[in-house]
Amino acid sequence: MRGRNEESHPPPWMVRPPVLTERGHGKILKLMQLSGNNGDPRPPVTLCQLRRGQEAVVDGFDLPEEVARRLMELGFLPGSAVRAGRSAPGGDPRVFEVDGSEVALRRETAAGIRLRELRAGRTAG
Amino acid sequence: MEKEGTCHTLAVASAGGVASIADHTVAIIGPPNSGKSTLFNRLTGLRQKVANYPGVTVEQRRGKMQLTGMRHVELIDLPGVYSLQARSEDERVTRDVLMGNMPGTPRPKAIVLVLDSTNLGRHLMLAAPILALGIPTLVVLNMSDELGRRGGEIDTADIAKRMGAPVVLASAARGEGVEPVREFLMGTLAVPAPLELPVLNNPPACRAWAAQVSGRAYRPPAPPQWTKRLDAVFLHPLAGPLIFAAVVIAVFQTIFAGAVPMMDWVEAQVTASGKWLGVVLPAGVLRDLLVEGVWGGVGSVVVFLPQILLLFLFIGVLEDSGYLARAAVIADRTMAKVGLQGKSFIPLLSAYACAVPAILATRTIENKRDRMATILIAPFMTCSARLPVYTLVIAAFIPERPLMWPLGTRAAALLGLYLLGFLAAVITARLLKSSILKGERTPFVMEMPPYRWPTAQSLGLRLLDRSKVFLRRAGTVILAVAIGLWIMAHLPLAGGKAPEIGDSVAGTIGRTIEPVIEPLGFNWKIGIGLITSLAAREVIVGTLGTIYGIESEEDAGGLQQALRQDLTPGGAVALLVFFAFAMQCMSTVAVVRRETGGWSWPAIQFGYMTALAYGCALAANYLVTAWLGA
Repeated sequence: MRGRNEESHPPPWMVRPPVLTERGHGKILKLMQLSGNNGDPRPPVTLCQLRRGQEAVVDGFDLPEEVARRLMELGFLPGSAVRAGRSAPGGDPRVFEVDGSEVALRRETAAGIRLRELRAGRTAG
Repeated sequence: MEKEGTCHTLAVASAGGVASIADHTVAIIGPPNSGKSTLFNRLTGLRQKVANYPGVTVEQRRGKMQLTGMRHVELIDLPGVYSLQARSEDERVTRDVLMGNMPGTPRPKAIVLVLDSTNLGRHLMLAAPILALGIPTLVVLNMSDELGRRGGEIDTADIAKRMGAPVVLASAARGEGVEPVREFLMGTLAVPAPLELPVLNNPPACRAWAAQVSGRAYRPPAPPQWTKRLDAVFLHPLAGPLIFAAVVIAVFQTIFAGAVPMMDWVEAQVTASGKWLGVVLPAGVLRDLLVEGVWGGVGSVVVFLPQILLLFLFIGVLEDSGYLARAAVIADRTMAKVGLQGKSFIPLLSAYACAVPAILATRTIENKRDRMATILIAPFMTCSARLPVYTLVIAAFIPERPLMWPLGTRAAALLGLYLLGFLAAVITARLLKSSILKGERTPFVMEMPPYRWPTAQSLGLRLLDRSKVFLRRAGTVILAVAIGLWIMAHLPLAGGKAPEIGDSVAGTIGRTIEPVIEPLGFNWKIGIGLITSLAAREVIVGTLGTIYGIESEEDAGGLQQALRQDLTPGGAVALLVFFAFAMQCMSTVAVVRRETGGWSWPAIQFGYMTALAYGCALAANYLVTAWLGA
């Protein structure tokens, strides 16, 4: 099930939950599409830019160590897949699916979580 | 952070050590939402106590579990934590207890680690630091019924081997898997050879270890379909807030209308037993004290027990089902507008039951300023002790008419008072957060538990605990005030006979403060009630019961009638407004002092709330009187 990762011996902190990497339907989006302009340098893509149903992989944090640590304990580890879910009216806070749990974050906190490997997930149900 | 991940060898106590733990302390620990407390309730049943750890506000739940015959162990239910990094007070307590550094609590001889089997990968992260403590540990993988239903699988033997600790599957909610816990504590459960473990202090390392332990022995379940379906409704942009409002309205209508038959029944019992006492006992001071003082005072408060229990039942159901977390998400934006956050919502909602547990619940708010602001506004929320006062005055002055289905006039009035308290809280929070408690917005990070059926046992134990607290208060504070008041109402003796109530010590005190409260539309009798209710709000009902009981020979139902004769509508509204704002509660003052570490905050809070209560009651009396007079 997670054969691909085990063979390539990833560093121990790169635990990849199976949701994302093993399924073929994920389509990588161009970063430009999200940042909305072509000007360089592009700002890093963060979790708050993820729309409902989209998936990506956590890359790192621009947050105080305390907050980053709590987020990691809740499953937001570098290398983990995260998927944007429903939100409160107005889009903030939003619930994110990560490592088998659902965690609600405010937009400003989500803005401190950097992403890589953006994918369009299953269409939001 | 990586530097902390140094390995060192761990000496796990021999498996034989487990046998000697009978009559010793065993800790139950687990992440939040792992069903830890449900297992604790299963293991201990009614033999549990709730207290506080010395010096901190963290609640300590202890209980006795019988092993065989005369042997028992003392179980401690530790606060739910994600790791042993001591940042919040909860985590510090958990760590101190496990390290044996908590005064008054011996170091546990064994640990029961409860993890959610439907989310094993992440929950196993906590197992690494716990196993590294070197205390014999049983890993209970809870919620096995849910795991099976959602198509997940676990090979516990395989996991046990790789973890070096015994692992059992359980469903605490159904009472399955309790027997292996007992076997483990008796030392009869097969325990695998302990493994050397690295001490893992950083989350990525813990997660990697967890992935390696669970490996192929664990097939994660499908995502919880029902949670998704329910969230599609409860977190719907339109339906979500509407349901939120409907839930709040339903709670109030049920408390007010649904509790009536039960309250009538309790009242009938109180009246009947009072009359019986009056007949059975010989005439004299003792009979008068018992019938007028104790029955009139305590009895009129006990009547409200069904209503208070109903409120706690609702809060319990909302919390245990998982809806409260969604409500916090919906409320977060609104809370943020006044400078608070969604996490303040849960303590503030509990404050609708009682400010004391609400203030204790604020410890889940990591940010000090947010926590302080929540503590300071919590007593504005309409606690259950205000219900007796509100119910009495509303029933006396507002006729019941259908207003807007399902709301009647009385329930609407009650809802209005709840809104009034909420508004005062919101405005106060705004003031605090833009002045003395100014600070940066803090992150709102909240796990959404899957929806679950609340278990009857957990709800039952909670209600039992609340009844005990309420009746204990009725039996101590309220009883003492009732007796003291009765004595003061009968002194000084004039020619061997009790004076008219107006000439008694109590009456004199009431008349002394009458000029101050007269502008609010209150007479000296209400004044006595205001003074006695400084102990606890509901005491005023008992006090008025005693005063009117002494004054006239009416039956208990006559209290409403007596009030109607004694209060103008303006005064009645003023009384409601006064009780909505004033901090008439010794227990709250005491808990705020303890939480804030000094007298200055509770003093400021008391002064502010009393001044606000006085000012608004004054305004209410003038407005209502002018409106009705016009």
